[in-house]
This record gives sequence, structure tokens and C-alpha cells, in this order.
Amino acid sequence: MTPREPGRTGTAVPAVPRQATGAEEHGDLGPGPVDVLLTVNGTLRRVTVEPRVSLLDALRERMGVTSPKKGCNQGACGACTVHVDGRRVLSCLTLAVSCQGREVTTVEGLADGDDLHPMQRAFAEEDAFQCGYCTPGQLMSAVALMEEGHTGDDAEIAEWMSGNLCRCAAYPNIRQAVRNVRDGAAAEGER
Amino acid sequence: MTIPAQIGRGMDRVDAHAKVTGAARYSAEHRPPGAVHAVLVGARIPRGRITGIDTSAALAAEGVIAVLSHLNLPKVAQTPHLIPSLAGTTAHGQSFFPMQDDRIHYAGQPVAVVVADTLERAEYAAGLVRVSYAEEPWVTTIAQGRGDTYEPERIFGGFVPGRIERGDVEAGLARADVRIETTHHFAANHHNPIEPSATTAVWEDSKLTLYDATQGPTATRLTVAQLLGIPPSDVRVVSEFVGGSFGSKAMIWAHPTLAAMAAQHVRAPVTLALDRAQTFTNTGHREEQEQTITLGATRDGELTAIRYAKTSPTSPFDDWAEPSMGPVNRLYACPAFEGVHHLFKAATMTPTFMRAPGEGTGAFVIETAMDELAHELGMDPIELRLRNHADLDPESGRPWSSKGLRECYALGAELFGWADRDPAPVTGAAREGHWVLGTGMASAIYPVYGVVNPQRARARVYADGRAVIETGCSDFGTGAGTVLRQVAADALGMDAEAVTAHYGDTELPTTVAAVGSAGAGAISAAAHTAATALRERLVGQAVTDPGSPLHGADPAAVRVSGGRMVRPDTGAGETYGEMLGRHMTFDAEALGEWAPPGGDEYGMATFGAQFAEVAVDPDLGLVRVRRMLGVFAPGRVLNHKTARSQLMGGMLWGLGQALLEATHMEPDQGRWANPSLGEYLIPVNADAPDVRVEMIEVEDRAVNPLGVKGVGEIGQVGMAAAIANAIFHATGRRFRDLPITIEAVMAPA
Amino acid sequence: MRPFAYTRAADVDTAIAEVARDSGSEYLAGGTTEVDMIRIGVARPRRVVDINDLPIAAIEDLPGGGLRLGGLARMSDVAAHPAVRERYPAVAESLEKGASAQLRNMATMGGNLMQRVRCSYFRDGDRACNKREPGSGCAAIHGVNRTHAVLGTSEHCIATHPSDVAVALTALDAVVRLRGPDGERTVAFDDFFLLPGDTPDREHPVGHGELITGIDLPDLPMARTSHYLKVRDRESYEFALTSCAAALRMDGDAVAEARIGLGGVATRPWRARRAEDILIGAPATAEAFARAAEAEMADAVPRSMNGFKIELAQRTMVRALTTVASRTGGGAA
Repeated sequence: MTPREPGRTGTAVPAVPRQATGAEEHGDLGPGPVDVLLTVNGTLRRVTVEPRVSLLDALRERMGVTSPKKGCNQGACGACTVHVDGRRVLSCLTLAVSCQGREVTTVEGLADGDDLHPMQRAFAEEDAFQCGYCTPGQLMSAVALMEEGHTGDDAEIAEWMSGNLCRCAAYPNIRQAVRNVRDGAAAEGER
Repeated sequence: MTIPAQIGRGMDRVDAHAKVTGAARYSAEHRPPGAVHAVLVGARIPRGRITGIDTSAALAAEGVIAVLSHLNLPKVAQTPHLIPSLAGTTAHGQSFFPMQDDRIHYAGQPVAVVVADTLERAEYAAGLVRVSYAEEPWVTTIAQGRGDTYEPERIFGGFVPGRIERGDVEAGLARADVRIETTHHFAANHHNPIEPSATTAVWEDSKLTLYDATQGPTATRLTVAQLLGIPPSDVRVVSEFVGGSFGSKAMIWAHPTLAAMAAQHVRAPVTLALDRAQTFTNTGHREEQEQTITLGATRDGELTAIRYAKTSPTSPFDDWAEPSMGPVNRLYACPAFEGVHHLFKAATMTPTFMRAPGEGTGAFVIETAMDELAHELGMDPIELRLRNHADLDPESGRPWSSKGLRECYALGAELFGWADRDPAPVTGAAREGHWVLGTGMASAIYPVYGVVNPQRARARVYADGRAVIETGCSDFGTGAGTVLRQVAADALGMDAEAVTAHYGDTELPTTVAAVGSAGAGAISAAAHTAATALRERLVGQAVTDPGSPLHGADPAAVRVSGGRMVRPDTGAGETYGEMLGRHMTFDAEALGEWAPPGGDEYGMATFGAQFAEVAVDPDLGLVRVRRMLGVFAPGRVLNHKTARSQLMGGMLWGLGQALLEATHMEPDQGRWANPSLGEYLIPVNADAPDVRVEMIEVEDRAVNPLGVKGVGEIGQVGMAAAIANAIFHATGRRFRDLPITIEAVMAPA
Repeated sequence: MRPFAYTRAADVDTAIAEVARDSGSEYLAGGTTEVDMIRIGVARPRRVVDINDLPIAAIEDLPGGGLRLGGLARMSDVAAHPAVRERYPAVAESLEKGASAQLRNMATMGGNLMQRVRCSYFRDGDRACNKREPGSGCAAIHGVNRTHAVLGTSEHCIATHPSDVAVALTALDAVVRLRGPDGERTVAFDDFFLLPGDTPDREHPVGHGELITGIDLPDLPMARTSHYLKVRDRESYEFALTSCAAALRMDGDAVAEARIGLGGVATRPWRARRAEDILIGAPATAEAFARAAEAEMADAVPRSMNGFKIELAQRTMVRALTTVASRTGGGAA
């Protein structure tokens, strides 16, 4: 990570060995813009940001990854939920610079080519959104929920999806979508 | 009447793929080359004067391009005048535009705009603008302003009279055997769509493009053009994706114009996105209000008189109150009614439409009062309502264009198991551990607002068998884009999958803002008219085309299905595409314009019945809603899936209204105390029970061509009352103020 | 957000040295408080030292039966850990009732203890707040104070301590392990959270550069039936209006020992020692619990909007204790 002039756009860069993260380097970065290398949806990307820039703003404003949404910018709505190294976190309270060397997944990275993730399909089929603004965050939570194993019953799904506000109040449909994927996943597992 | 196949289908949202893949771009996400960021600075006092603005630190901060304030912002071309966006013209949210002089009328009023090359630099510099003020006396709450009220002539942007009277209320109350008299306080509310309002403004020479989060692209166009003093045709507004609104984006507030002014000033595209706290002071709110009602009734439950009054704060500029007396006046047959609005001028922006504006609060008052009356009379609440069923519109005396309320009660009662309900409060009887259970119901009504302007759409059929329907409306989660396809497909005789909808752009044919549950009626009328015109033209061409198998057929008898025209007498036919191709034509199109008839033969409203079961923990003051059922009669249902979602969302809004939502005013500071999603509590997933929604399709030939009455608001109306009535049923205690808080419900020590 | 510099520390000693040598440096762990505080201008570091790589995230058994929660252990990992769930259920329950799944994946145990209050006057840069700006006054005392504290307040501050898990930890006699430039030390939970008094800006007896490396839970058999009850408007994702962590050791039908923590009502995670003392030898009945709860809240000071918390806290205590008594098998639940 080396200071450089402001750049506005994130660019894809050739694969760089993971150890070249600079995490071991000493010395301060910033407060001016610094280069950060991170993997976004499977592609290693370089983004140039000041250390104060959140992962959310880096994705939205610098890297053209606009699915994480800014609903509150203070950890109170969940619209900015992304996965960092496989865990669901709030990108508004995560500094982009702290994601050096980490793997970030957003809704743009859920589908396998043209094949939607089962949770994406279930959300569409069950009308688990209206305006769609909280949807990327809901989806990232719902996908994580499956991994976490918190889909036992409706109360559990509801509780573990409660960090994602939906003002359109599609909540019952969101639970139905999660149940569909859970049961589909279970059925596949039985085969 | 048979329901055509394409209309009503529960097809998936047309934009579902974009929304689940992240491809959907909302207004702040458009990044034209060279775009910079603008951030608002709001006033820290509720009333007074700016005595100085020091922008030196902000201007010196890295990346800052400009700081605009009343000292250097251009004057607007015309003083705005509030007109509800349903009128289809300019839609200023208030008769005031900020940053024109040094006056402060409300806390949060924009006093400066900071423009910088990046968002974080603009945000940081906004905090460096130093504004000094001379504060003047003010009031903001009912407690402070109660002594200074006046009776406005008209409210709600001039739509509704401030006072409505009919019959002899004194005489009606005098002959009543029973009187119910209650007073209700409602906390102020804020819409809080998850997307805060945002505008990206791009100038190309004298042409302005705005990517704007709006319920009405045309409203934005006309309003911004008027303020800037430029031709509306020079303003293009694009709003393909809008992240919820609920009324906060129904009127056009200052920020789109400020974004355009900032972009002009810095000669670069500008994105101006409100932050969450700023949405509390820049996009209106539902006002704090107090309502009182007196019901008079005979021993057998016949209403003899209703007296109603409401007190609320309004802005210095406008006489605004949401028209809460509507449902009080119109739900039941009653020979005498008196309703009065009282306002006082407060240091606040003009309140605005918020989902179920007026009906949301007014229905709570009449429907909890009716529950009290039923209890007082020892009568079943549904039976009491049936005895006072309004066969005619009580307000106008005219017949209803359609109703269906009796059917809603009947189906709701059956599905909810109302017959098994013990009418007496069941305190302690229905108990699950610490929870006592209760059930309640309420009626719902929402007016069908007539639009006044012509509504337009364009339909085009291509020779390859696909079609396009175009109209300028935005889809902020309503499903407008989806039903456009269905309506056009129905009229063209095609499958909805073969129809693409283009919308959310003022370059497309003009429709009114989708407000007041009138959006679906307006756009379906436009799309139906356009697609029907195109079909008639194509069929007309076929029957006069000697080369067509339909030549000579009666055009009225021709059936079209799957894009194939068929004459029933011979069974011969051809597709639109075959006919167009034969004439070396690539496509055909028609513009449709539906001119609202504007008749006044009918009372027009949507009705429904709401049911709720609650569990109350009286020790800890907790109320959790276990079960919700709503049965509605919204006329024609264009898409059962999206309509159900909107109704369900409205019902859960009723839950929020009943139990959670309140914006508190700082009594000694004159500003909102909790402008955040952490402190303004909206329901989370765990608060929402499973919701059952049923729709009874009633035929309505008066409202619009397809008989669409709208589903945006009716779902909320009455649900808070059903919940409060259920709490009474569980606990024997009445809670008349909203929200119903833990401290209220906690049984007295 | 003010500009600041950033560095990522690879080991504990380096991290401590980096912060200790510079009064403008602050630790950055999960970021759920720190990033928020910087954004709203309450925290104004010149530099943040990212400690997320430090090897102090483990959850380990202690000799003698206790459990050590690493200072950087994430709330979600602690809540899911079998030893925590089995031996200290109140800790797991309180964690899972805190914040949201996403925040719990980010926030660390050390950061949880160091989190700042949610008082809107503390967060709002131009309102009087003695915690943010000593001597400026307390706007909450006459403001919108429904969520504010009734215990441990002073005329200078009534902000509620927001943590859930700290309530359970205080009830269960946890110990905070600190490491600083001068070495390691431990601080009992009771001593770790300071009452506001006339210095509400001073919240912990922690020197600049000191780092929470761990939280030690003692071997406490009675904790195996402990319980955390949280009361709030919303079913989830909201700070407590009142909460109670409780554990009981029974001797037949009588309470031999009680551990009670209160949340949502006090300026610090509140150890209800007065109630605990009253309960010793008392029967495990709702009446006895109510007497103890009433005594605990006797000194509570209500403000304009939060008076209900005094009664609600008592009922919360009675409910939590009743649940624990039934779990313990000794009480009349």
C-alpha cells in the first residue's frame, strides 16, 4: 500500500499473490489517498482511497459496485450488508483500507454467470421486496443465514434477519424465500 | 364480468432480476463523467436569522469546489406555491424555497450546500461551515401552540375544506342514548424509506438531466423548471429505480433544484444525496396531532351524531393538515356530522403526505371509538358496523361507485374465526405463559382520488412479435412497471412476457405522479387506452387488407390472443407480425390518452376490513402482534402478487404506527430528537407476523377504464385500530394515543 | 469524516507501542463504535491503529475451570461457542440479543466494553454534553430522555450504558485483562466502569495505549442456569429499555447466592448487590424477588420521560429471577 494521487475509479488488476498485502509493512498510511488491494466478487481490485473512506463508499463511489446501499450510514439498517471473508458485515462501519487483502462479496457476486443464486430466485418468486433498495443487504444476510444455520424455524429466521430493515415490510415474503431455499437445499441434500 | 387472463396474474416483478442482482441503479448511483458531490448544511435553530456564515475553513479543505449559501445562490425564478402532485402540475412541497435570504423558519432548513470532488470531502467540509444565528421565539409542539390555533379555510394543499358539517349535531347528541367521547394524541411520524432522497444533476448546455428519486418524474420536471426559470422541455427527469417513498418523494422538495443549481455553479454533474438525519427535515413528515371525537348512538347501535376536531402544527407558509376527518365522516351512515381542523403556526417545514395521509390517523379515532361503543352497547363490533353501514357516501349523499365492505367483513370474520370470539375482554382467560391474548377488528376506507390531467402512454408492436408499452411514471416499489406489461398485453391480446415496459423518464408520455393510491388507476388507464388503440388500428388494417385471412371480417368480432388475430366465424387468422411483415413494416404504434371524465355522480372510495390478534405481557408492557388479516375490495386487481405485497406492507405499517413509530420534538430546542433509524423505530422482521391478505374484486365502472381503485394506502388504514382494539380485548384497557408504548401498557404498579 | 492516518499492527506489543507513543492514535477493532464515532465527529483520532490481526481472539479454558474470552473475539463467535452456551448461558443470550447478526460478526468483546453511549446529546456535536465536552452541561436531563438512566446518574450525566453482554459479565464476576506499555494487569468488572459523577468523560480506568486482551470468566457453577432477559419496544435490533442477567444458587428452597446485573437503566452495567444480599436465605418466590428488586431501585432518580423504568426494571428482575429459579429447579416458577 503506497500513497498516490487521488483516483476516482477502481480498476481490475492482474492476480497478485495474497501475501503482497502490505499488512506487515510499518509506517502510516494516509491521511491522503492510498492504494488498497482487495478481492471483490472474485476479482482482485485496486482502489485508491483515503483511510477514512468506508468500504461502502469505496464500493459505491470508486469501484462501480452499487448494490450495497446507504440507508443510514451508522449501522442501523443493514442495507450495506456485504460478506468480508465469508462473514456478513456492515460495509458502512468498515474502513476500505482495513479490507486490504480481504475477500469482499456483494450481490453482484452471488450469481454463477447467468444462473442466479437460489436465494436470488426465491426472492424474485416470493416477491420478497418492493422498492428493492434493502434487497441486496437482505440477500447477503439471507445467504449468510443459510451458512450460519439459523433457519430452523420462522422465529429463528425472523430474529436473524432482523438486522436488515425493510420499509416496504416484505418481511413475511423474505421468510418464505428463506424457507424455500432451506427446504430446497434440504431436499437436494437428501438425494 | 370475466377477468382477462393477463390482468390479475401474479407474475414476478419486471425489475426483479435487476433488484436481486444489484443491477438496479438508484438516483445517487448514476455517475456521469466528472461528477462531484454536494452535501447540505442544515440550520441549527428553529427560527431566527443568520447573522454570519464563515465558509473559509470549508473552502480551504481539500477537494472543496464551492460553498453555496443565501449569499451567493441564485434567486429562484418564482416563489413556490404548494400544490399537491396529484394535480399534475408543479408540486412544491411547501410554499418556500430555502437559501433565498437570511431567515430561518425551521431547524434543518438548508442554509448551505458544499460541493467537493469526493463524498467524504464534501461531508467533512459541510461540518466546517460555521453559521451564526440570532434566534427568535418559536413553538413547535401542540403543548406549546395549543393557545394559538385558528381554523383554516382549506387544508391539504387546498384540496379539503377545514370544516365539514351536515345535519344537526347538537340534536343528534341530545337524542343519543349512549355517548362515546375520546381524545387521542398521535406522535409525529417520518416516512423513512430505506433510500434517502437523492438527485444527480447533469447540465449539457442549457439542457438539464436529473436522476431523481421521485414518485412523479413530471412533477420534478415542472417544479424544477419553474424554480430555475427554464422551459420544462429543457428538463429531463429519469427515475427508473426509486428506493421507496411512502409520500416522502411525492412532493418536490428543494434538493433537486439545489443539485441543479450546484451543478450549474461548479460546471460539473453533481450528486446531492440526503443523509438519514436530513431526510427528517427535508422531505416532510406526518404532523403531531390531537384528535377528539364524540359519538352519539341509540341503544340499538344507530349512530345519531359525530363531532370531531383535530389540532396540529403547520408551517409558517402553508395551511397543512392531513385530512383525518375523511374516514370519520365517510365510514358510517350518520345523519349529523361536524368536523373541524385547528392549526397553529409552528417552526416546522410544511408537513406532507405520508402513507394513508389522514385516513391512517382518522380511522384510528373512529374505529377505536366504534369499538368502545360496541363494548358499551354489548354488541358485536362487526354487527355495530353493519347496522351503520353507509349505503350512500355520507359526505356527498351520492351512491358509491363500488363498495364491497359487507363482503370484506363477512370473509374476514370467516377466515379469522370471529364467530368463536368471546366478546367480553378476556383478561386472564386466554393466556399463554405471561401473555394474554386478544383480538380486534376495524374497517378501512381510502378515497379514490380522481386525477385531472390526461394520462398518456404509447404502445408499439414489432413485427417479431414483441411489444413495448411506454409511459413516464416511476416505480418506487409499487409494481407499476409490472402491471404496465400486463395491462398492455391484455389490450393487445398478447402474453405479458412478450411486452416490455419503459417507464421512469419524462421523455416518455406524461402521467401524473403516482400518489394517493391513484397511480395504478392512472397508468393502467393510459396503457389500456394506448394498447387498445393500437390493437384496433391493427385489426382495422387486417380486415381491410385483401392479403389478410381476416379480410372482410367484422373488426368487433376479431379476437386476438398470443398476438394472433383470429376471425371467429372461419377460424382464419394471422399474427400482427405476419401482417406487418407483408407490408414491409417493422412496427406499428399508437399513443393513447385517457381523459378522466371528472364526473361527480358517485362517491368513490376503497374499503376493507382489518383483523388482528395480539399477545400482551402486562407486566413488562409488551405487545406483540401474532396474526394479521386484511380483506380489501380494491376494484380490479392488476397483479395479485404485487398487490398483495403492497397491502401487506400497508398492514405492517399499521403495526408500526400502532406500537413503534414516533418522532419526538426537543421541547426546548425545536428540532427532532431522534432523526435516525436507530431511534425512530420501524418494525423489524421479528416484529412482523405472518400476514394474510385477501382481495374481493368489485366491479367499478366509474373510477377509470379498468376499475382500478388502488392498493397503496388502504392496507394501513384501520390496522392500528384493530391492534388497539385487540389490546383492549386482551387487557380491558384502552390506549388512545399512538404509538402505544411499553410505559403505557405496563399494568399500574 | 475528518481525515486520519491508518496503520495495521501485526502483534500486540507493536500495537500498544504505536498507540502509547502518540496521544492522537486510537485502536480500531471491529469499528462498529470507532468508525461511527469518527464519522459523527465525537472521536477525532489523528491515526487509527488496526488491531484486527492481533492473536487475541481465542476463547480458551482457564486452569481452575474459568473461561477466557479474547479481547478481539467477535461477539458472534463468543455467543456460538459451546463452552459459553453451556457454562455461561446468560453471556450467550445477552450477546445474541445485542445489535444484529452483522454487527455481532464485526464487534469484538473488548470493543463492546469500550463502546460509547447512545445518548443523542452525546452524539450531536453542538448540544451540551459533559461526556463529550466537559463543563458544557447535560442536555439530556431536561431533554428527550425516555431511554436514559435512572441509576448511577449524576447532575452531570444520565446516559445509559448500552451494552448487553457487559450486564451478564458484571453479574458473573468477570475480570478485564489489560495490557499496556507498563505491562499487564487485571481489573474487576465492578471497577472497570466508572460512574459519571462529575467526570462523565472518564468512563474506564484505562490508560492511553492500554488494550483489552481478554475477559476472564470465573468458574461459577451457578452460571450454568443463568439467564438474560431484555425488554425493548421492538422485538429485535434495539437497545434495552431494561434488562437483567441473573444467576442463582439454591440451598433447598432458599436462595444461597444470587448474581444480578441490570442493563438499560444505569450509567454502567449495574451489579445489583443490594438485591443479591437481600435474597440470601430468602425463598425463591416472586414476592421475595420483588422485595429485592424494590430495594435495588430505591435510589433510582427518574427524569421527565424515564420514570417508568424504575418499575419496569423491578419487574424485569422478578421475571428473570423467576426464570432462573425454574431452570435451577429450586424455585416456585
